[in-house]
Amino acid sequence: MNDVNTKKLTVNGKEVEFTNEPNLLEVIKKAGFSVPTFCYRPDLTQYGACRMCVVEIEGRGIQSSCTMPPEAGLIVHTNTARVRRIRKTVLELLLANHDRECTTCEKSGSCELQQYAEEYGIKNLKYAQKAEKDYLPIDDTNPVLIRDPNKCILCGACVRACAEFQGHAVLGFANRGSKTLVQPMAGKHLSDVDCVFCGQCQAVCPTGALTINSEVEKAWKMINNPDKKVVVQMAPSVRVALGEVFGLKPGENVIGKIYAALREIGVDLVFDTNFSADLTIMEEANEFVQRLTKGENLPLFTSCCPAWVRYLETQHPDMLNHLSSCKSPQGMLSPVLKELLPKTFPGYTKDNIVVLSIMPCTAKKVEAKRVELMKDGKFETDIVLTTKEFGRMIKSAGIDFAALEPQKADSPFGGYSGAGTIFGASGGVAEAAVRTAYNMVTDEELTSLDIKPMRGVDKNSRSKQATLDIKGIPVTVRVVSTLKEAEKCIQEIKKGTAEFQILEVMACPGGCVNGGGQPTSCNDSSIKEERAEGLYLEDANLQVRCSHKNPDIQRLYKEHLDKPGSHLAHQLLHTTYSDKKKGSYKDFSGCV
Amino acid sequence: MSTCECKIDLTKVDEIINSYGAKKSYLIAMLQKVQEEFRYLPIEALTYIGTKVEDVSPATVYGVATFYAQFSLQPKGKYEIKVCDGTACHVRGSMPVLNAVHQCLKLQDGSYTSDDGLFSVETVSCLGACGLAPVVVINGTVYPKMTADAIKIVIETIIKEEKEGK
Repeated sequence: MNDVNTKKLTVNGKEVEFTNEPNLLEVIKKAGFSVPTFCYRPDLTQYGACRMCVVEIEGRGIQSSCTMPPEAGLIVHTNTARVRRIRKTVLELLLANHDRECTTCEKSGSCELQQYAEEYGIKNLKYAQKAEKDYLPIDDTNPVLIRDPNKCILCGACVRACAEFQGHAVLGFANRGSKTLVQPMAGKHLSDVDCVFCGQCQAVCPTGALTINSEVEKAWKMINNPDKKVVVQMAPSVRVALGEVFGLKPGENVIGKIYAALREIGVDLVFDTNFSADLTIMEEANEFVQRLTKGENLPLFTSCCPAWVRYLETQHPDMLNHLSSCKSPQGMLSPVLKELLPKTFPGYTKDNIVVLSIMPCTAKKVEAKRVELMKDGKFETDIVLTTKEFGRMIKSAGIDFAALEPQKADSPFGGYSGAGTIFGASGGVAEAAVRTAYNMVTDEELTSLDIKPMRGVDKNSRSKQATLDIKGIPVTVRVVSTLKEAEKCIQEIKKGTAEFQILEVMACPGGCVNGGGQPTSCNDSSIKEERAEGLYLEDANLQVRCSHKNPDIQRLYKEHLDKPGSHLAHQLLHTTYSDKKKGSYKDFSGCV
Repeated sequence: MSTCECKIDLTKVDEIINSYGAKKSYLIAMLQKVQEEFRYLPIEALTYIGTKVEDVSPATVYGVATFYAQFSLQPKGKYEIKVCDGTACHVRGSMPVLNAVHQCLKLQDGSYTSDDGLFSVETVSCLGACGLAPVVVINGTVYPKMTADAIKIVIETIIKEEKEGK
């Protein structure tokens, strides 16, 4: 079939067809060649800052392929002597101005600058190394992200991620020329500006300029302490991404291996956040049905995403009444474990249990430190590791992860339904909630559990809407990922044009599968789609696909919590929010 | 609890923002007006603009304010000394003149306003008076063919006049 829109160009002597590729770089990739780049990220706007992706085009000279639109008939060479010389010079200049303490760098091994310097054989630098006095202080004042300006190559990916995903632009360029820096407003610490800690800046950073504040050592210390009982929970989307660290395919569900690896590492009990995702659905669906009946505080906002919660608290405290009072799945499981394990497991006390949580998310580290999630002066969740950090732990323990025999989670907080699993993808929480809310209202089950309009994690699916008929009551669900889309919904509500009753927000584009703590995936937009497919595949294959049918959940209510929304459920599973605009660096109340 | 302890009158900034319809495309014009009002760009004003103007953040506004040499984030002095460092002035010795100014005003590294707030110093790229190189302009008055010694006398004269209340 010869599509009229199909055109052809030549890359390194190989003819390649293209249609609507956004730039020449994508066409080159399609032809099977790779071009080095620091600043090009498929999900962000093209920027053309780093000049690594230069190619030679016959009759046009040297062009940066990330900013050049593909044209029919172009004859492109990606690997000429001239091109290689330019790339080497770019690398040498970047390295001259770079803190090259690679061995002690958090990013060592996954740093793109390190990788290209090795590939291009940069051994002797023509340029003098940055002087000691020119080193700038490192910002490590928050529990999540470390910003080291001495490793920044000014590619601007973080600045674009912050602005284009979160509409927030906490990070910006400052000064000009050789004094240019990427930093929050006026060089403040990240903790002093309204950063939501989604970690997307860190996820797109090619070097060690933005890294995760690692808690791996703290985790080892607790595991090696015989007086402590370390119990673990891990989020849905960890199971479809961790395999990538060990060379497995994105989207491959490795949950059985994760349970096995945790036991090899030496933790005491292995549970699953998917279980508490089911618990969240029970409470949240109940809360929604209550609000729907009373007609108050609608639309209901989901509260699983800590970056979204922080965004509302700092930017729109007047909307907090919409936010579900349910803790996130991480926030629910920890108090349940600390409260109920001592009752059934001998040797477990409130004081010796350490809850270790493995999340795809950097903002979860901040969530765990919320004062609202403290009990008796202690945090309910003790340590939060990201997928990346956990991968490193397994490696350093010398475990051959890919070869592990799958195991099962411990009872009674390890069993989960398909609804719990799909929490990891944008739209999953809403789909899971609808499955159970339908049952709560009608006492019947949905005939088809797949709610396809709510699915999809690609760039064009950041805002989705579906209307369902619950026995004559139409319920419209809006699903958004990125806070930029969430902000649009808030504006609709403020204007009175919003026509939805449930708003699901995940701050990372595509949801938790693409979270800030997941293995690096910023060079390939399809990785998050494969991870999401992995989750929906598990959902389709599970016997139990609705939270209210999960036998472990039913038992928990029967034996301890009574029913959703009960007094004890409120004590353990619900939380409060507060206006955090006051005290924010942008609070000018009383000044104008 | 409100932690904002603004040292400046934000209603003025508010008026300036509104006079431009809070549009992003007028950001530089707004910054110029604010600088005219306060003689510099206070950090609070930059943050405030970043919250009021659509589609910009405080970090972006700070980026614009620090990119252009015309903007100053430190209060400027009563006397603004502009030392030309264009090519002609540079080869005819503008650097010794600038150093003399720094010495004379006892300016620390990185600071360009004197402690008493009387003088601020900046270099400019070309004043278009290359025949008079090296040139210094103080509050609109041109001082041609400057030397390190000559500029010291100029500054000392201004200080003396200020003390006598002229």
